[in-house]
Amino acid sequence: MHVINLSKTRDQDFINRVERESGQNLSLCYQCGNCTAGCPVTFVYDIPVHQIMRLCQAGQKEAVLGCHSLWLCASCQSCTTRCPNSIDVAHIMDTLRHMARRDGYATEYGVKSFTDSFLESVERHGRAFELGLMMLYTMKTGKFWTDVDLAPAMLTKGKLGFKPHPVQNKEAISKIFKRFREEFAQ
Amino acid sequence: MTTLRYAYYPGCSGLGTSKEYDMSTRAVCEALGMELIDIPDWNCCGSSPAHTVDDRLAGALSARNLVQAGDIEGVDAIITPCPSCLANLKTSRHRLQKPEFRAEVNKLLERPVHGDILPVKSVLQVIVEDVGMEELRYRVRNPLKDMSIAPYYGCIMNRPPKIMEFDSQENPMALDNILEALGATVAPFNLKVECCGASFGVARRDIVERLSGKLLNLAAENKAQAMVTACPLCQMNLDARQNQINVANSTNHVMPIFYFTQLIGLALGFSQSQMGLEKLVVSPRELLAGAAG
Repeated sequence: MHVINLSKTRDQDFINRVERESGQNLSLCYQCGNCTAGCPVTFVYDIPVHQIMRLCQAGQKEAVLGCHSLWLCASCQSCTTRCPNSIDVAHIMDTLRHMARRDGYATEYGVKSFTDSFLESVERHGRAFELGLMMLYTMKTGKFWTDVDLAPAMLTKGKLGFKPHPVQNKEAISKIFKRFREEFAQ
Repeated sequence: MTTLRYAYYPGCSGLGTSKEYDMSTRAVCEALGMELIDIPDWNCCGSSPAHTVDDRLAGALSARNLVQAGDIEGVDAIITPCPSCLANLKTSRHRLQKPEFRAEVNKLLERPVHGDILPVKSVLQVIVEDVGMEELRYRVRNPLKDMSIAPYYGCIMNRPPKIMEFDSQENPMALDNILEALGATVAPFNLKVECCGASFGVARRDIVERLSGKLLNLAAENKAQAMVTACPLCQMNLDARQNQINVANSTNHVMPIFYFTQLIGLALGFSQSQMGLEKLVVSPRELLAGAAG
Protein backbone atom coordinates (compact mmCIF):
# COMPACT_ATOMS: atom_id res chain seq x y z
CA MET A 1 0.00 0.00 0.00
CA HIS A 2 1.20 3.48 -0.87
CA VAL A 3 1.21 5.69 2.23
CA ILE A 4 1.25 9.49 2.01
CA ASN A 5 2.26 11.49 5.07
CA LEU A 6 -0.19 14.37 4.68
CA SER A 7 1.29 16.65 7.28
CA LYS A 8 4.74 16.50 5.68
CA THR A 9 3.80 16.68 2.01
CA ARG A 10 0.94 19.16 1.92
CA ASP A 11 1.79 21.92 -0.56
CA GLN A 12 -0.45 24.90 0.23
CA ASP A 13 0.94 26.91 -2.67
CA PHE A 14 -0.18 24.18 -5.08
CA ILE A 15 -3.70 24.22 -3.60
CA ASN A 16 -3.86 28.00 -3.97
CA ARG A 17 -2.64 27.89 -7.56
CA VAL A 18 -5.19 25.25 -8.58
CA GLU A 19 -8.00 27.25 -6.99
CA ARG A 20 -6.88 30.55 -8.46
CA GLU A 21 -6.25 29.30 -11.99
CA SER A 22 -9.39 27.17 -12.22
CA GLY A 23 -11.62 29.60 -10.32
CA GLN A 24 -12.98 26.64 -8.33
CA ASN A 25 -13.28 26.00 -4.60
CA LEU A 26 -11.66 22.60 -3.96
CA SER A 27 -13.18 22.35 -0.47
CA LEU A 28 -16.65 21.93 -1.99
CA CYS A 29 -15.79 18.38 -3.05
CA TYR A 30 -17.19 15.83 -0.55
CA GLN A 31 -15.97 12.78 -2.48
CA CYS A 32 -19.33 11.44 -3.64
CA GLY A 33 -17.65 9.86 -6.68
CA ASN A 34 -20.23 10.99 -9.20
CA CYS A 35 -17.47 12.35 -11.46
CA THR A 36 -15.70 9.00 -11.58
CA ALA A 37 -18.97 7.11 -12.03
CA GLY A 38 -19.68 9.01 -15.25
CA CYS A 39 -16.11 9.35 -16.51
CA PRO A 40 -15.79 7.41 -19.79
CA VAL A 41 -11.99 7.21 -19.67
CA THR A 42 -11.51 5.89 -16.13
CA PHE A 43 -10.50 2.57 -17.68
CA VAL A 44 -7.21 4.12 -18.85
CA TYR A 45 -6.66 6.40 -15.81
CA ASP A 46 -3.98 5.59 -13.25
CA ILE A 47 -5.81 7.80 -10.72
CA PRO A 48 -9.61 8.20 -11.02
CA VAL A 49 -10.88 11.77 -11.15
CA HIS A 50 -12.48 11.88 -7.66
CA GLN A 51 -9.13 10.82 -6.21
CA ILE A 52 -7.41 13.56 -8.16
CA MET A 53 -9.84 15.98 -6.49
CA ARG A 54 -8.94 14.55 -3.07
CA LEU A 55 -5.20 14.72 -3.79
CA CYS A 56 -5.63 18.36 -4.82
CA GLN A 57 -7.40 19.11 -1.53
CA ALA A 58 -4.47 17.49 0.27
CA GLY A 59 -1.92 19.51 -1.73
CA GLN A 60 -0.25 16.46 -3.27
CA LYS A 61 1.37 18.24 -6.19
CA GLU A 62 3.82 15.52 -7.19
CA ALA A 63 1.20 12.76 -7.31
CA VAL A 64 -1.27 14.89 -9.25
CA LEU A 65 0.99 16.53 -11.83
CA GLY A 66 2.89 13.30 -12.45
CA CYS A 67 -0.16 11.14 -13.18
CA HIS A 68 -1.28 9.87 -16.59
CA SER A 69 -4.96 10.68 -16.11
CA LEU A 70 -4.49 14.40 -16.74
CA TRP A 71 -3.40 13.74 -20.30
CA LEU A 72 -6.14 11.22 -20.98
CA CYS A 73 -9.12 13.34 -19.93
CA ALA A 74 -11.28 13.76 -23.04
CA SER A 75 -12.88 17.02 -21.80
CA CYS A 76 -16.30 15.40 -22.27
CA GLN A 77 -17.75 17.54 -19.45
CA SER A 78 -19.54 14.63 -17.80
CA CYS A 79 -17.92 15.34 -14.40
CA THR A 80 -18.71 19.06 -14.54
CA THR A 81 -22.28 18.40 -15.66
CA ARG A 82 -23.00 15.87 -12.91
CA CYS A 83 -21.16 17.34 -9.90
CA PRO A 84 -23.79 17.90 -7.18
CA ASN A 85 -21.79 20.86 -5.87
CA SER A 86 -21.42 22.51 -9.27
CA ILE A 87 -17.63 22.21 -9.28
CA ASP A 88 -16.23 22.63 -12.79
CA VAL A 89 -14.16 19.45 -12.49
CA ALA A 90 -13.25 19.40 -16.19
CA HIS A 91 -11.81 22.89 -15.81
CA ILE A 92 -9.74 21.69 -12.85
CA MET A 93 -8.42 18.85 -15.05
CA ASP A 94 -7.58 21.42 -17.74
CA THR A 95 -5.86 23.63 -15.16
CA LEU A 96 -3.80 20.68 -13.89
CA ARG A 97 -2.77 19.88 -17.45
CA HIS A 98 -1.62 23.48 -17.90
CA MET A 99 0.42 23.24 -14.70
CA ALA A 100 1.87 19.82 -15.56
CA ARG A 101 2.95 21.16 -18.96
CA ARG A 102 4.55 24.27 -17.47
CA ASP A 103 6.33 22.22 -14.82
CA GLY A 104 7.73 19.82 -17.38
CA TYR A 105 5.62 16.72 -16.71
CA ALA A 106 4.55 14.80 -19.81
CA THR A 107 3.52 11.30 -18.86
CA GLU A 108 1.67 10.69 -22.15
CA TYR A 109 4.18 11.76 -24.75
CA GLY A 110 1.97 10.80 -27.70
CA VAL A 111 -0.92 12.92 -26.45
CA LYS A 112 1.36 15.89 -25.79
CA SER A 113 2.91 15.49 -29.26
CA PHE A 114 -0.50 15.48 -30.91
CA THR A 115 -1.46 18.67 -29.06
CA ASP A 116 1.82 20.34 -29.97
CA SER A 117 1.54 19.30 -33.63
CA PHE A 118 -2.00 20.64 -33.83
CA LEU A 119 -1.06 24.01 -32.36
CA GLU A 120 2.07 24.30 -34.53
CA SER A 121 -0.16 23.80 -37.54
CA VAL A 122 -2.53 26.53 -36.33
CA GLU A 123 0.34 28.89 -35.55
CA ARG A 124 1.73 28.41 -39.06
CA HIS A 125 -1.46 28.51 -41.15
CA GLY A 126 -4.06 30.08 -38.87
CA ARG A 127 -6.14 26.95 -39.37
CA ALA A 128 -5.59 23.28 -38.63
CA PHE A 129 -4.13 21.50 -41.67
CA GLU A 130 -4.91 17.84 -41.09
CA LEU A 131 -2.32 16.16 -43.33
CA GLY A 132 0.38 18.57 -42.17
CA LEU A 133 -0.29 18.03 -38.50
CA MET A 134 -0.26 14.25 -38.95
CA MET A 135 3.17 14.58 -40.57
CA LEU A 136 4.40 16.71 -37.67
CA TYR A 137 3.03 14.13 -35.24
CA THR A 138 4.76 11.20 -36.92
CA MET A 139 8.03 13.15 -37.01
CA LYS A 140 7.82 13.91 -33.29
CA THR A 141 6.87 10.41 -32.20
CA GLY A 142 8.57 8.27 -34.84
CA LYS A 143 5.25 6.42 -35.24
CA PHE A 144 5.33 6.56 -39.01
CA TRP A 145 2.51 4.04 -39.50
CA THR A 146 -0.09 5.96 -37.49
CA ASP A 147 -3.39 5.71 -39.36
CA VAL A 148 -1.82 4.91 -42.74
CA ASP A 149 -4.66 2.38 -43.09
CA LEU A 150 -7.08 5.33 -43.22
CA ALA A 151 -5.20 7.19 -45.94
CA PRO A 152 -6.53 5.37 -49.05
CA ALA A 153 -10.18 6.04 -48.22
CA MET A 154 -9.55 9.60 -47.06
CA LEU A 155 -7.53 10.43 -50.17
CA THR A 156 -9.88 8.89 -52.73
CA LYS A 157 -12.82 10.65 -51.09
CA GLY A 158 -11.04 13.98 -51.25
CA LYS A 159 -11.17 14.44 -47.48
CA LEU A 160 -7.46 14.83 -46.91
CA GLY A 161 -6.16 17.92 -48.68
CA PHE A 162 -2.51 18.14 -49.74
CA LYS A 163 -2.44 21.88 -49.22
CA PRO A 164 -3.39 23.98 -46.22
CA HIS A 165 -6.23 26.52 -46.46
CA PRO A 166 -4.51 29.32 -44.58
CA VAL A 167 -6.06 32.52 -43.25
CA GLN A 168 -5.20 35.69 -45.18
CA ASN A 169 -3.84 37.53 -42.16
CA LYS A 170 -1.42 34.85 -40.99
CA GLU A 171 0.46 37.33 -38.89
CA ALA A 172 -2.58 38.04 -36.72
CA ILE A 173 -2.55 34.40 -35.65
CA SER A 174 1.18 33.80 -35.34
CA LYS A 175 1.35 36.94 -33.20
CA ILE A 176 -1.26 35.54 -30.81
CA PHE A 177 1.16 32.68 -30.14
CA LYS A 178 4.17 34.97 -30.00
CA ARG A 179 2.54 37.39 -27.55
CA PHE A 180 1.28 34.44 -25.51
CA ARG A 181 4.83 33.15 -25.08
CA GLU A 182 6.09 36.63 -24.20
CA GLU A 183 3.28 37.50 -21.79
CA PHE A 184 2.39 34.27 -20.06
CA ALA A 185 4.75 31.39 -20.74
CA GLN A 186 7.51 30.86 -18.23
CA MET B 1 -40.98 33.38 -43.35
CA THR B 2 -38.65 36.29 -42.68
CA THR B 3 -35.06 35.89 -43.79
CA LEU B 4 -32.85 34.38 -41.13
CA ARG B 5 -29.33 35.75 -41.34
CA TYR B 6 -26.31 34.44 -39.43
CA ALA B 7 -22.57 34.86 -39.13
CA TYR B 8 -21.21 31.43 -40.11
CA TYR B 9 -18.14 29.79 -38.59
CA PRO B 10 -17.32 26.72 -40.77
CA GLY B 11 -14.46 25.26 -38.71
CA CYS B 12 -11.25 23.68 -40.04
CA SER B 13 -12.52 20.14 -40.45
CA GLY B 14 -15.12 21.47 -42.89
CA LEU B 15 -12.22 22.11 -45.27
CA GLY B 16 -11.02 18.51 -45.02
CA THR B 17 -12.30 15.49 -43.16
CA SER B 18 -15.86 16.79 -42.80
CA LYS B 19 -16.32 18.51 -46.18
CA GLU B 20 -19.66 16.80 -46.59
CA TYR B 21 -20.92 18.31 -43.32
CA ASP B 22 -20.09 21.83 -44.51
CA MET B 23 -21.56 21.14 -47.97
CA SER B 24 -24.80 19.73 -46.64
CA THR B 25 -25.09 22.42 -43.96
CA ARG B 26 -24.81 25.22 -46.52
CA ALA B 27 -27.28 23.60 -48.93
CA VAL B 28 -29.84 22.75 -46.27
CA CYS B 29 -29.66 26.15 -44.60
CA GLU B 30 -30.24 27.88 -47.91
CA ALA B 31 -33.20 25.63 -48.65
CA LEU B 32 -34.65 26.44 -45.22
CA GLY B 33 -34.42 30.17 -45.88
CA MET B 34 -31.33 30.81 -43.77
CA GLU B 35 -28.62 33.11 -45.04
CA LEU B 36 -25.08 32.25 -43.86
CA ILE B 37 -22.34 34.85 -44.07
CA ASP B 38 -18.87 33.42 -43.46
CA ILE B 39 -16.93 35.21 -40.72
CA PRO B 40 -14.30 37.20 -42.66
CA ASP B 41 -10.90 35.48 -42.55
CA TRP B 42 -11.98 33.16 -39.71
CA ASN B 43 -9.22 31.20 -37.95
CA CYS B 44 -9.03 27.94 -36.02
CA CYS B 45 -10.82 28.13 -32.65
CA GLY B 46 -7.95 26.16 -31.09
CA SER B 47 -10.11 23.03 -30.69
CA SER B 48 -9.19 20.77 -27.74
CA PRO B 49 -5.42 21.30 -27.99
CA ALA B 50 -5.59 25.03 -27.17
CA HIS B 51 -7.69 24.71 -24.02
CA THR B 52 -5.52 21.89 -22.72
CA VAL B 53 -2.51 24.23 -22.98
CA ASP B 54 -3.84 27.55 -21.68
CA ASP B 55 -7.22 29.25 -21.18
CA ARG B 56 -5.95 32.61 -22.43
CA LEU B 57 -4.45 31.17 -25.62
CA ALA B 58 -7.70 29.28 -26.30
CA GLY B 59 -9.68 32.40 -25.42
CA ALA B 60 -7.71 34.58 -27.85
CA LEU B 61 -7.95 32.15 -30.79
CA SER B 62 -11.72 32.01 -30.38
CA ALA B 63 -12.03 35.72 -29.58
CA ARG B 64 -10.52 36.80 -32.89
CA ASN B 65 -13.45 35.09 -34.64
CA LEU B 66 -15.95 36.69 -32.29
CA VAL B 67 -14.46 40.11 -33.09
CA GLN B 68 -14.40 39.49 -36.87
CA ALA B 69 -18.05 38.38 -36.75
CA GLY B 70 -18.92 41.79 -35.34
CA ASP B 71 -18.08 43.28 -38.76
CA ILE B 72 -21.02 41.53 -40.40
CA GLU B 73 -24.11 43.75 -40.67
CA GLY B 74 -27.58 42.61 -39.73
CA VAL B 75 -26.89 39.37 -37.88
CA ASP B 76 -27.91 38.50 -34.32
CA ALA B 77 -25.93 35.30 -33.86
CA ILE B 78 -22.88 33.31 -34.87
CA ILE B 79 -23.62 29.73 -35.84
CA THR B 80 -21.33 26.76 -36.36
CA PRO B 81 -21.99 23.12 -37.27
CA CYS B 82 -19.12 21.70 -35.14
CA PRO B 83 -19.69 21.08 -31.40
CA SER B 84 -15.99 21.47 -30.59
CA CYS B 85 -15.85 24.89 -32.28
CA LEU B 86 -19.17 25.69 -30.62
CA ALA B 87 -17.88 24.78 -27.16
CA ASN B 88 -14.71 26.83 -27.64
CA LEU B 89 -16.48 29.90 -29.00
CA LYS B 90 -19.17 29.74 -26.30
CA THR B 91 -16.71 29.11 -23.45
CA SER B 92 -14.52 31.94 -24.66
CA ARG B 93 -17.52 34.28 -24.94
CA HIS B 94 -18.62 33.27 -21.43
CA ARG B 95 -15.19 33.85 -19.89
CA LEU B 96 -14.74 37.15 -21.74
CA GLN B 97 -17.61 38.59 -19.67
CA LYS B 98 -15.09 38.70 -16.83
CA PRO B 99 -13.04 41.92 -17.12
CA GLU B 100 -9.78 40.34 -15.86
CA PHE B 101 -9.95 37.52 -18.40
CA ARG B 102 -10.89 39.94 -21.18
CA ALA B 103 -7.92 42.16 -20.34
CA GLU B 104 -5.49 39.23 -20.51
CA VAL B 105 -6.93 37.93 -23.80
CA ASN B 106 -6.84 41.43 -25.27
CA LYS B 107 -3.09 41.53 -24.67
CA LEU B 108 -2.80 38.75 -27.27
CA LEU B 109 -5.09 40.21 -29.92
CA GLU B 110 -4.43 42.60 -32.78
CA ARG B 111 -8.05 43.78 -32.55
CA PRO B 112 -9.18 43.65 -28.93
CA VAL B 113 -12.62 42.61 -27.74
CA HIS B 114 -14.86 45.59 -26.95
CA GLY B 115 -18.41 45.70 -25.64
CA ASP B 116 -21.00 43.04 -26.38
CA ILE B 117 -20.23 39.83 -28.24
CA LEU B 118 -22.75 38.15 -30.53
CA PRO B 119 -24.33 34.99 -29.07
CA VAL B 120 -23.02 31.70 -30.46
CA LYS B 121 -25.33 28.81 -31.36
CA SER B 122 -25.11 25.50 -33.18
CA VAL B 123 -26.62 25.01 -36.62
CA LEU B 124 -28.71 22.31 -34.93
CA GLN B 125 -30.06 24.78 -32.38
CA VAL B 126 -31.16 27.37 -34.95
CA ILE B 127 -32.79 24.76 -37.16
CA VAL B 128 -34.79 23.63 -34.13
CA GLU B 129 -35.52 27.06 -32.66
CA ASP B 130 -35.59 29.50 -35.58
CA VAL B 131 -36.87 27.27 -38.41
CA GLY B 132 -38.85 24.88 -36.24
CA MET B 133 -40.06 21.33 -36.62
CA GLU B 134 -43.40 22.31 -38.15
CA GLU B 135 -41.72 24.19 -40.99
CA LEU B 136 -39.23 21.35 -41.49
CA ARG B 137 -41.99 18.74 -41.63
CA TYR B 138 -43.87 20.86 -44.15
CA ARG B 139 -40.84 21.02 -46.45
CA VAL B 140 -40.14 17.28 -46.53
CA ARG B 141 -40.51 15.92 -50.07
CA ASN B 142 -38.96 12.46 -49.68
CA PRO B 143 -39.72 11.11 -46.20
CA LEU B 144 -37.03 8.77 -44.85
CA LYS B 145 -39.44 5.86 -44.64
CA ASP B 146 -38.39 2.42 -43.43
CA MET B 147 -35.15 3.66 -41.93
CA SER B 148 -34.32 3.12 -38.29
CA ILE B 149 -31.65 5.54 -37.13
CA ALA B 150 -29.88 5.97 -33.78
CA PRO B 151 -29.48 9.62 -32.73
CA TYR B 152 -26.01 10.26 -31.29
CA TYR B 153 -25.35 13.77 -29.96
CA GLY B 154 -21.78 13.44 -28.69
CA CYS B 155 -20.55 14.65 -25.35
CA ILE B 156 -20.24 18.43 -25.70
CA MET B 157 -23.17 19.53 -27.85
CA ASN B 158 -25.20 20.01 -24.65
CA ARG B 159 -22.64 19.95 -21.86
CA PRO B 160 -22.02 21.66 -19.59
CA PRO B 161 -25.56 23.13 -19.63
CA LYS B 162 -24.44 26.41 -18.05
CA ILE B 163 -22.35 27.17 -21.14
CA MET B 164 -24.19 25.32 -23.91
CA GLU B 165 -27.72 26.48 -22.97
CA PHE B 166 -29.57 24.19 -25.37
CA ASP B 167 -31.64 21.02 -25.03
CA SER B 168 -31.25 18.51 -22.18
CA GLN B 169 -27.76 17.62 -20.96
CA GLU B 170 -28.72 14.01 -20.19
CA ASN B 171 -31.45 13.21 -22.71
CA PRO B 172 -31.34 15.69 -25.59
CA MET B 173 -34.16 15.42 -28.13
CA ALA B 174 -33.25 17.80 -30.98
CA LEU B 175 -31.95 15.06 -33.31
CA ASP B 176 -34.76 12.69 -32.29
CA ASN B 177 -37.32 15.35 -33.21
CA ILE B 178 -35.62 16.08 -36.52
CA LEU B 179 -35.52 12.38 -37.45
CA GLU B 180 -39.18 12.09 -36.58
CA ALA B 181 -40.02 15.17 -38.69
CA LEU B 182 -38.14 13.63 -41.63
CA GLY B 183 -40.25 10.48 -41.41
CA ALA B 184 -37.52 8.18 -40.10
CA THR B 185 -37.86 5.72 -37.23
CA VAL B 186 -35.86 6.76 -34.17
CA ALA B 187 -33.99 3.77 -32.77
CA PRO B 188 -33.74 3.69 -28.96
CA PHE B 189 -30.27 4.87 -28.00
CA ASN B 190 -29.39 5.62 -24.39
CA LEU B 191 -25.75 6.53 -24.97
CA LYS B 192 -26.74 9.81 -26.64
CA VAL B 193 -24.22 11.95 -24.76
CA GLU B 194 -21.46 9.40 -24.07
CA CYS B 195 -17.99 10.27 -25.35
CA CYS B 196 -16.71 8.59 -28.55
CA GLY B 197 -13.04 8.96 -27.56
CA ALA B 198 -12.72 12.40 -29.12
CA SER B 199 -9.30 13.34 -30.47
CA PHE B 200 -7.50 10.34 -28.95
CA GLY B 201 -7.84 8.44 -32.24
CA VAL B 202 -4.31 9.36 -33.23
CA ALA B 203 -2.30 9.13 -30.00
CA ARG B 204 -4.36 6.57 -28.03
CA ARG B 205 -6.50 4.71 -30.50
CA ASP B 206 -7.36 2.07 -27.87
CA ILE B 207 -9.59 4.66 -26.19
CA VAL B 208 -11.59 5.34 -29.35
CA GLU B 209 -11.84 1.64 -30.18
CA ARG B 210 -13.40 0.93 -26.80
CA LEU B 211 -15.70 3.96 -26.51
CA SER B 212 -16.85 4.20 -30.11
CA GLY B 213 -17.12 0.39 -30.15
CA LYS B 214 -19.67 0.62 -27.33
CA LEU B 215 -21.73 3.10 -29.32
CA LEU B 216 -21.74 0.96 -32.46
CA ASN B 217 -22.62 -2.15 -30.43
CA LEU B 218 -25.61 -0.45 -28.81
CA ALA B 219 -26.87 0.96 -32.10
CA ALA B 220 -26.65 -2.50 -33.67
CA GLU B 221 -28.32 -4.19 -30.66
CA ASN B 222 -31.19 -1.74 -30.95
CA LYS B 223 -31.61 -2.62 -34.63
CA ALA B 224 -30.52 0.77 -35.94
CA GLN B 225 -29.59 0.65 -39.63
CA ALA B 226 -27.51 3.81 -39.34
CA MET B 227 -26.48 6.45 -36.84
CA VAL B 228 -26.80 10.19 -37.12
CA THR B 229 -24.47 12.71 -35.53
CA ALA B 230 -23.82 16.44 -35.46
CA CYS B 231 -20.08 16.25 -34.74
CA PRO B 232 -17.18 15.88 -37.23
CA LEU B 233 -14.99 14.11 -34.67
CA CYS B 234 -17.69 11.64 -33.61
CA GLN B 235 -18.46 11.02 -37.28
CA MET B 236 -14.80 10.41 -38.11
CA ASN B 237 -14.33 8.03 -35.18
CA LEU B 238 -17.47 6.04 -35.92
CA ASP B 239 -17.18 6.05 -39.72
CA ALA B 240 -13.54 6.25 -40.87
CA ARG B 241 -12.34 4.26 -37.84
CA GLN B 242 -15.16 1.69 -37.96
CA ASN B 243 -12.87 -0.89 -39.50
CA GLN B 244 -10.16 -0.31 -36.87
CA ILE B 245 -12.88 -0.65 -34.20
CA ASN B 246 -14.17 -3.88 -35.76
CA VAL B 247 -10.68 -5.37 -35.83
CA ALA B 248 -9.93 -4.37 -32.23
CA ASN B 249 -13.24 -5.66 -30.83
CA SER B 250 -13.85 -8.61 -33.20
CA THR B 251 -17.11 -7.12 -34.45
CA ASN B 252 -18.52 -6.83 -37.98
CA HIS B 253 -20.38 -3.55 -37.98
CA VAL B 254 -21.30 -2.04 -41.32
CA MET B 255 -23.08 0.99 -39.92
CA PRO B 256 -23.41 4.14 -42.06
CA ILE B 257 -22.84 7.30 -40.00
CA PHE B 258 -24.69 10.34 -41.36
CA TYR B 259 -24.48 14.00 -40.50
CA PHE B 260 -27.95 15.20 -39.56
CA THR B 261 -27.78 17.83 -42.30
CA GLN B 262 -27.29 15.09 -44.90
CA LEU B 263 -30.50 13.40 -43.79
CA ILE B 264 -32.43 16.67 -43.78
CA GLY B 265 -31.11 17.33 -47.29
CA LEU B 266 -32.19 13.93 -48.61
CA ALA B 267 -35.67 14.43 -47.18
CA LEU B 268 -35.90 17.92 -48.68
CA GLY B 269 -35.18 16.46 -52.11
CA PHE B 270 -31.45 17.01 -52.59
CA SER B 271 -29.54 14.28 -54.42
CA GLN B 272 -27.12 11.94 -52.68
CA SER B 273 -24.15 13.62 -54.34
CA GLN B 274 -25.37 17.10 -53.37
CA MET B 275 -25.24 15.85 -49.78
CA GLY B 276 -21.75 14.37 -50.30
CA LEU B 277 -22.87 10.87 -49.36
CA GLU B 278 -20.09 9.32 -51.47
CA LYS B 279 -17.64 10.86 -48.98
CA LEU B 280 -18.85 8.62 -46.16
CA VAL B 281 -16.42 5.75 -45.62
CA VAL B 282 -19.11 3.21 -44.72
CA SER B 283 -21.35 3.49 -47.76
CA PRO B 284 -25.06 4.11 -47.13
CA ARG B 285 -25.92 3.11 -50.71
CA GLU B 286 -27.51 -0.22 -49.86
CA LEU B 287 -29.53 1.22 -47.03
CA LEU B 288 -30.85 4.06 -49.17
CA ALA B 289 -31.62 1.74 -52.11
CA GLY B 290 -33.55 -0.52 -49.75
CA ALA B 291 -35.49 2.37 -48.26
CA ALA B 292 -36.37 3.80 -51.67
CA GLY B 293 -37.51 0.42 -53.04
